[in-house]
Amino acid sequence: MAKVKSLAELKAMREKLQSNLDLREKSDDPESLVQIKVAMATCGIASGAKQVMEHMMEKADELKLRIVFTQTGCMGYCHAEPTIEVKVPGKDPIVFGHVDNKKADEILEKYIMNNELVEGIIPVNYETID
Amino acid sequence: MTKIKTHVLCCGGTGCKASAGDEIINNFNAILKEKGLENEVQVIRTGCFGFCEKGPIVKMLPDNTFYTQVKPSDVRKIVEEHIVKGRKVTDLLYLDPENKQHVSDSKHMGFYKKQLRIALRNCGFINPEDIDECISRGGYEALGKVLTEMTPEQVIDEVTRSGLRGRGGAGFPTGVKWGLCAKNKADQKYVVCNADEGDPGAFMDRSIMEGDPHSVIEAMAICGYAIGATKGLVYIRAEYPLAIHRLQVAITQAREYGLLGQGILGTDFEFDIELRYGAGAFVCGEETALIHSMEGQRGEPTFKPPFPAVSGYLGKPTNVNNVETFANIPIIITKGAEWFSKIGSEKSKGTKVFALAGQINNVGLIEVPMGITLRDIIYEIGGGIKNGREFKAVQTGGPSGGCLTAKHLDTAIDYDNLVAAGSMMGSGGMVVMDETSCMVAIAKFYLEFTCEESCGKCSPCRIGNKRMLEILDKITKGNGTMHDLEELRNLATVIKDTALCGLGQTSPNPVLSTLDNFWDEYVEHVVDKKCRAGVCKQLMHYEIDPVKCIGCGACARVCPQNAISGEKKMAHYIDNLKCIKCGACYEKCKFGAISVK
Repeated sequence: MAKVKSLAELKAMREKLQSNLDLREKSDDPESLVQIKVAMATCGIASGAKQVMEHMMEKADELKLRIVFTQTGCMGYCHAEPTIEVKVPGKDPIVFGHVDNKKADEILEKYIMNNELVEGIIPVNYETID
Repeated sequence: MTKIKTHVLCCGGTGCKASAGDEIINNFNAILKEKGLENEVQVIRTGCFGFCEKGPIVKMLPDNTFYTQVKPSDVRKIVEEHIVKGRKVTDLLYLDPENKQHVSDSKHMGFYKKQLRIALRNCGFINPEDIDECISRGGYEALGKVLTEMTPEQVIDEVTRSGLRGRGGAGFPTGVKWGLCAKNKADQKYVVCNADEGDPGAFMDRSIMEGDPHSVIEAMAICGYAIGATKGLVYIRAEYPLAIHRLQVAITQAREYGLLGQGILGTDFEFDIELRYGAGAFVCGEETALIHSMEGQRGEPTFKPPFPAVSGYLGKPTNVNNVETFANIPIIITKGAEWFSKIGSEKSKGTKVFALAGQINNVGLIEVPMGITLRDIIYEIGGGIKNGREFKAVQTGGPSGGCLTAKHLDTAIDYDNLVAAGSMMGSGGMVVMDETSCMVAIAKFYLEFTCEESCGKCSPCRIGNKRMLEILDKITKGNGTMHDLEELRNLATVIKDTALCGLGQTSPNPVLSTLDNFWDEYVEHVVDKKCRAGVCKQLMHYEIDPVKCIGCGACARVCPQNAISGEKKMAHYIDNLKCIKCGACYEKCKFGAISVK
């Protein structure tokens, strides 16, 4: 194993290694970050939710967005799978339907980065309790 | 490439490991592989989460789901439900004892709400056997900072200004201690980490070494730089095999990265660490005894001065600090003395780790800011007394400490307030007692411990404690007199004043504080020959209520002494001459006919 030769090298190492722990660091305070829940019930997975989630995670890294991705069960919008719920801190969560890779990019770039609404919002038809 | 979507943190502390923790981790890995998920889910063995009452703990990230009392057979369900389908396994969630609701996120659990984790910052978060995880949390950057940006004097000044005091018990200011050692010139000096955690029920140092060993190594190197030492020694008890293993792994990894050894981080600073094993004698937690034990001598204390800072290990200037003290150092250097000194009370800065034990709902390891009240610890974090019973006392400071009672519930916990209340911080054991605990028996328990562990060097401790134990024994057997109580107090005071080392001087504390706080209970034992808690067997007997007894004979069948007699369907009777007070009949009776008198 190579020796760490200076403090600068140690800090560079930290930068490089940080991504491995990023998921843990982020979940320490998820409320302060954008949270995306991907519905991963049978119908969601069958319509490609898994691939979309992968794609979004990679895209978010590319755009340097700190987002907490979680998988959830069925949200009940089987007609519009894959569905995702996006919660931006300080705002009400919004559910998007029929999310494919293209729509996912649009959500990340337009809604999350620029606060522009994009099409495909499913009106919430129920309330949840915490 | 598939991305890791879930981290599964499994507790790998000694407690959870003993409850099949390893099997849980193996099952996770096997089942994830079977489902083809091994590249999406990462299973990490971490240090202690602290919530030992409900162990083994498995925490799922990123959604912070906290599964308690997980069995190896539950793993399949967690994988299939939580990981595959995104549904929580409700029956493994923590059940709030107050409102009987399941809590999924550990942040919403009373146990964690009031905690502030500084010394335990990485425990239950990183894999302690992977230095990379430690580095990605900023590990060794404090060492880098002191080596490149600070002079040894500045380091000592920073630690002094932070207000950090020794976490081993007495609370001596750490910066001052370092300063004393730094000013003594010698060809060799030593940094010693006191990991001889000996208080019954205390396990904070073990958990730190098991969960975040690098924080201790880094801090020892920082101390070495500050006082001018190139050698570090960890004195650890051999009963801590897992902590020893993790320390060894961490030391090896730190050497490979050049964070120990010669020319650390490209500077000309040199420092290395060795482990020394103790055989588990309580007195070896006292620093002079510890040093003698490391030298291969008998583990006996010697008179101070000379202090170890002048003449310690092999006669060289030596600085001894406790594990938890060291664990606070890196973060003080990184975040600064001002940050640290804002936490805690006026004279006690920072946080303290306590091992919460006894008759309390949430047994475990907690870290709280100094100055928190006992009430917050017991009722908020600890979840109250078991089985809805009444709080009676809490013993802090182990065999050197004393008892706090209901009147101290709102006292702010810090070094000075505990001493004022007749107890002490000690290393941080906190044993909670309810009305089923007899305070005389508790004092006797701690004194028995001291008598067994007394090194025998000075007579006040060796003989004095023995005589006190005899008096206590007499009292619990119903033969005590009021004169005995007087003698007990006299003897205790003399031992306190005359014993050689800190352990001897504090050994009468459990007796003195129970005499002060529970005088009535002592008097009851002596005058009324009664033990209200029903603990002292010679002072109680069982009785069958002839009205409630239906004569089923169940009690007679379980009695090992055949002390219970009676006709079928008629009230039974206990022969107190034969009865050994084992309580088997009391447990067996379904009709509440047997009572303790």
